[in-house]
Amino acid sequence: MKVLCVIISVVRKSLLYIGLGTIAVFQIFPLMWLVLFSLKSNQEIFDLSPLSLPPEPRWDNYLRVWNEGNISQYFFNSVIYTGISVVLTILFASMVTFAITRMKWKLSGLVLGIFTVGMMIPLHSTLIPLFNMFLRAGMINHPITIILLYTTFNLPITILILFGFYQTLPRELEEAAIMDGASIHKLFLSIILPMTSPVIVTAAIINMIYNWNEFIFMNTFISSEEYRTLTVGIQNFIGQYTTDWGAIGATLVISMLPILILFFILSDRIMEGLTAGSIKG
Amino acid sequence: MNEVLASRKAIIFYIIPALLLVVLFMYIPLILTGYYGLMEWNGMGEMIFTGLDHYRRLIGDPLFWDSAKHSLMLGLFSTLALVAYLIVSLILSQKMKGANLLRKIYLIPMLLSSVAIAQLWLRIYHPTNGIFNTFLIYLGVENPPTWLADPNLVLYALFVPIIWQYAGFYILIYYTALKNISVDVLEAASMDGANVWQTAWKIKVPMIMDIIKVTVILAVVGSLKYFDLIFVMTGGGPNGASEVLASYMYRTAFRSFDFGYGSALAFALLLVCLITTVVVRKITTLKGV
Repeated sequence: MKVLCVIISVVRKSLLYIGLGTIAVFQIFPLMWLVLFSLKSNQEIFDLSPLSLPPEPRWDNYLRVWNEGNISQYFFNSVIYTGISVVLTILFASMVTFAITRMKWKLSGLVLGIFTVGMMIPLHSTLIPLFNMFLRAGMINHPITIILLYTTFNLPITILILFGFYQTLPRELEEAAIMDGASIHKLFLSIILPMTSPVIVTAAIINMIYNWNEFIFMNTFISSEEYRTLTVGIQNFIGQYTTDWGAIGATLVISMLPILILFFILSDRIMEGLTAGSIKG
Repeated sequence: MNEVLASRKAIIFYIIPALLLVVLFMYIPLILTGYYGLMEWNGMGEMIFTGLDHYRRLIGDPLFWDSAKHSLMLGLFSTLALVAYLIVSLILSQKMKGANLLRKIYLIPMLLSSVAIAQLWLRIYHPTNGIFNTFLIYLGVENPPTWLADPNLVLYALFVPIIWQYAGFYILIYYTALKNISVDVLEAASMDGANVWQTAWKIKVPMIMDIIKVTVILAVVGSLKYFDLIFVMTGGGPNGASEVLASYMYRTAFRSFDFGYGSALAFALLLVCLITTVVVRKITTLKGV
């Protein structure tokens, strides 16, 4: 009887693992296939089985797309836009969260509401007026436009991520600082910001992922090659290579790599940021 | 102490940059979009006031209703998929070895851009060399489906990469919530002789109901806003079979340069999102769960 129970429990556990494993394969398989075909020639892709290893890996697919198109330029642009926007978003969001959670004023709840409702807004509904605004200001096809939009549209989620952490900060430290005669700016810059650095890292990574992957603003407001990011650039680049699967695969892998590397190093922080940004919302 | 933390100047200084950006680039455009809907405008010349013409046209526009239907269908599919994610999370959270690694593997597609995902899945669905059809042809199927080119299949075909992209995210949220349930509650349940099944549905699920409600809203509103992947993969085609609200609006404004009607569509999208949020909130609280 006891043996039977053990057997049933082992069988049950194995079935569950098979189920969970199948899902993992489903999630990973398309990416493995992508890496495989990025290292093959067209002939190898179409003649051999999709799962076969490349007879000899064709790294020149990668060299070719990196050198031929503007991929390196797109890559550099992505890094610049992402970097500047993340710094601005984190700074402005920290300032607001500081004011809302630590300072004493009546409308703090309303201001917090303005930011949290921003999470639900469909950004597509802002596109046409934004287009008109930037058109009049002569800022269509201007990098500043992109940085302003990336900074703005990440503020709500960043404030939400920061908010929870700020509420857990002990008040004694800032009281002591003020007693010692520190100004409000000194309190913010040399006490609050360093103390919130763990959550700043979390929020910054989430911001980086969103900015790196952003499509619609870039596609709508930037028209020249020299200002494009990798995400939109690959879209146009792939258009020229519709039949060269190896080149397309290599381009896609290059665009995914930075975020995947970030994930392997900082997966716990990323998971923390993703849950904080959604559950508290 | 109070003086420092209640200084009006300091408060304004700390909120103004973020508030200015959000009001200028989010809230003012939202209001303007409803107003532009009253105008005839090609994006360059003067705007001409045409009253409610565009909103009347919208009510009688079969393409608008089709795209609204497709958006709502995606919302419905996404909500149904939540049940599957919840079951996976319930299994993962019962002391399975390797749960942490699995959770990370599931999450990987969520980190990629919709454009890259779209480009990858365009190859997967490729009629002759894609994964699906290579396999079907190998099995001896003579005329494998054309997936994205088939008006009857396209919406379902598009939903597969959407699941692929978001599954890990919802599993992560449910898993985290389930792990936060206090051990005492679960011990008490097992003392009372509740089996795994009962503990899961009678105790764990009700305890994370608030989170489930949030995910329902995220899934539905997220689907209504869905754009990038569909725009890249099908552009709304074939023949409008996968057109959704956001893609229809985008095409009308930025491809056909009918910014007036595009604005009316954008405003309708905003209203649909707001109304759906309120309705979903109401339904989830009505049931008393």
